[in-house]
Amino acid sequence: MSVNHTNRVDLQVMADLIAPGSRVLDVGCGDGALLELLQRDRNVDGRGVELSQRGVNECVARGLSVIQGDADSDLVYYPDKGFDYVLLSQTLQATRNPRLVLEHLLRIGRHVVVSFPNFGHWRVRSSLFFKGRMPVTADLPYSWYDTPNIHFCTIRDFVGLCTEVGATVESAIALNDSGQRIGLSMPWWFWNFFGQQAVFLLKR
Amino acid sequence: MAAGRAEARHDEANEPRSPVLRFGADRPLRLDAGITLSPFQIAYQTYGELNAARSNAILVCHALTGDQHVASRNPVTGKPGWWEVLIGPGKVIDTNRFFVICSNVVGGCLGSTGPASISPLTGRAYSLDLPVITIRDMVRAQAMLVDHFGIDQLFCVIGGSMGGMQVLEWASTYPERVFSALPIATGARHSAQNIAFHEVGRQAVMADPDWRGGTYLEHGVRPQKGLAVARMAAHVTYLSESALHRKFGRNLQNRERPTFGFDADFQIESYLRHQGMTFVDRFDANSYLYLTRSMDYFDLAADHGGRLADAFAGIKTRFCLVSFTSDWLFPTEESRSVVHALNAAGASVSFVEIETDRGHDAFLLDEPELFAAIDGFLRSAARARGVEVGP
Repeated sequence: MSVNHTNRVDLQVMADLIAPGSRVLDVGCGDGALLELLQRDRNVDGRGVELSQRGVNECVARGLSVIQGDADSDLVYYPDKGFDYVLLSQTLQATRNPRLVLEHLLRIGRHVVVSFPNFGHWRVRSSLFFKGRMPVTADLPYSWYDTPNIHFCTIRDFVGLCTEVGATVESAIALNDSGQRIGLSMPWWFWNFFGQQAVFLLKR
Repeated sequence: MAAGRAEARHDEANEPRSPVLRFGADRPLRLDAGITLSPFQIAYQTYGELNAARSNAILVCHALTGDQHVASRNPVTGKPGWWEVLIGPGKVIDTNRFFVICSNVVGGCLGSTGPASISPLTGRAYSLDLPVITIRDMVRAQAMLVDHFGIDQLFCVIGGSMGGMQVLEWASTYPERVFSALPIATGARHSAQNIAFHEVGRQAVMADPDWRGGTYLEHGVRPQKGLAVARMAAHVTYLSESALHRKFGRNLQNRERPTFGFDADFQIESYLRHQGMTFVDRFDANSYLYLTRSMDYFDLAADHGGRLADAFAGIKTRFCLVSFTSDWLFPTEESRSVVHALNAAGASVSFVEIETDRGHDAFLLDEPELFAAIDGFLRSAARARGVEVGP
């Protein structure tokens, strides 16, 4: 489910947002790297959902509490506010219905942490602008015809979705090409241009 | 010959070659059928040592035709224990670390009270006078055995198929007594298709003239043909189409061409006949009726107002469910519905589906991914419980 394994600096950024000892659900937990980090450093009670059976089996073999499931269809089975934090790391753009998924996340978790690749990044824009082609970068390595990423958005698009579903942005972080945080003082357009990925802490 | 075999079976049912715990009139077993069973007995095996904190006990629940001899030579068949690939010194369930308990289910025929046991009222085998036994009855009896060992909480309850049903029942009935649960290749209810297959098996047994209305033991005969047919039909459901094709194809058995008769021309026929024949040597036909019935009656949601999540409300037990892609008896969807219910109940749950063509029986076989999942799950549970698990 988590489809972007190439650049995971967002993991530490996400982990920093989680209060120690909390109950955490990682949707699209991949190989369990974030869950393992959270259990080790933050002593969380962590659970995971992962679409690929291989990822799930690896997670369980490593002692993580993970089930095979699909963010688009299986979040409905989770009770309201069952978790302190629900995490969606590099997965939103691969869901069929990102809005519905986000609404479920906000229902299930007291807080929601979402990270996603920013399609407004200047490299993406320049690929479209100068080459006239869909971007294939180290960060987004798929060709348009075989990509699992079917719902790309920019940072500003995501902020718009948050407003639409009534989510409050508690915190937002943009990371540049080298994984460094972009200064908080910078305006949205700057983030949207230079942010390669973004991490949002939301609540409703 | 048939009578001689019947007597050998009879002995194992009443005087098994394993430890037996006997419960007198003061400790009856309350049955779902609405009556009590007393006296009754449980035949069991244990492996390893119970630690001082009594926190390292793993209860293994056996499947339909399994028994208590999970990790040691079976005295009836002379074969290794049915889960020795998994359980033993240095194995994934390491008996140097864990205290493993496995008991013959009530209704069985290897020493726990079942239809072949002698009724104290009549001095004859219960046969069909034994009340119908349910999965919950089996679990209640196991809880009395666990009490006997002075164990308040089992570190883990594990089992496949009918054993997995017992695991789910354990967690639902005694949530505080189950630290972790590993139901494998199972479901929270028996499907219509599964009930149908069981009914075919039971009808085969009952159609055998030697069944004698269930009283065959009194007549020194046994419905071997009927039970063998039941086993043959059931055995097909434990495998998969692709595994059968891989193992047997359309190969002929020791012959160049079909005989144009009804001998076992094909290897698969010969194999199934062998499975049927060897089964009747080790299993009691009435017990087969009772145990298949117990699975048919199992419906954990129905016991909780139709909502499966309510069977696990507030549960602290850590779960790991496992299913197999080619299992058409308990397909992955059955496990998934349990997972959804556990999610809804806010329980801690892992779920692994393992890719294999070996069908339902895969849980009994050497499946490295199954063992890796069990190992990872038990290690993390042991850390949480403070049980030493070794490197």
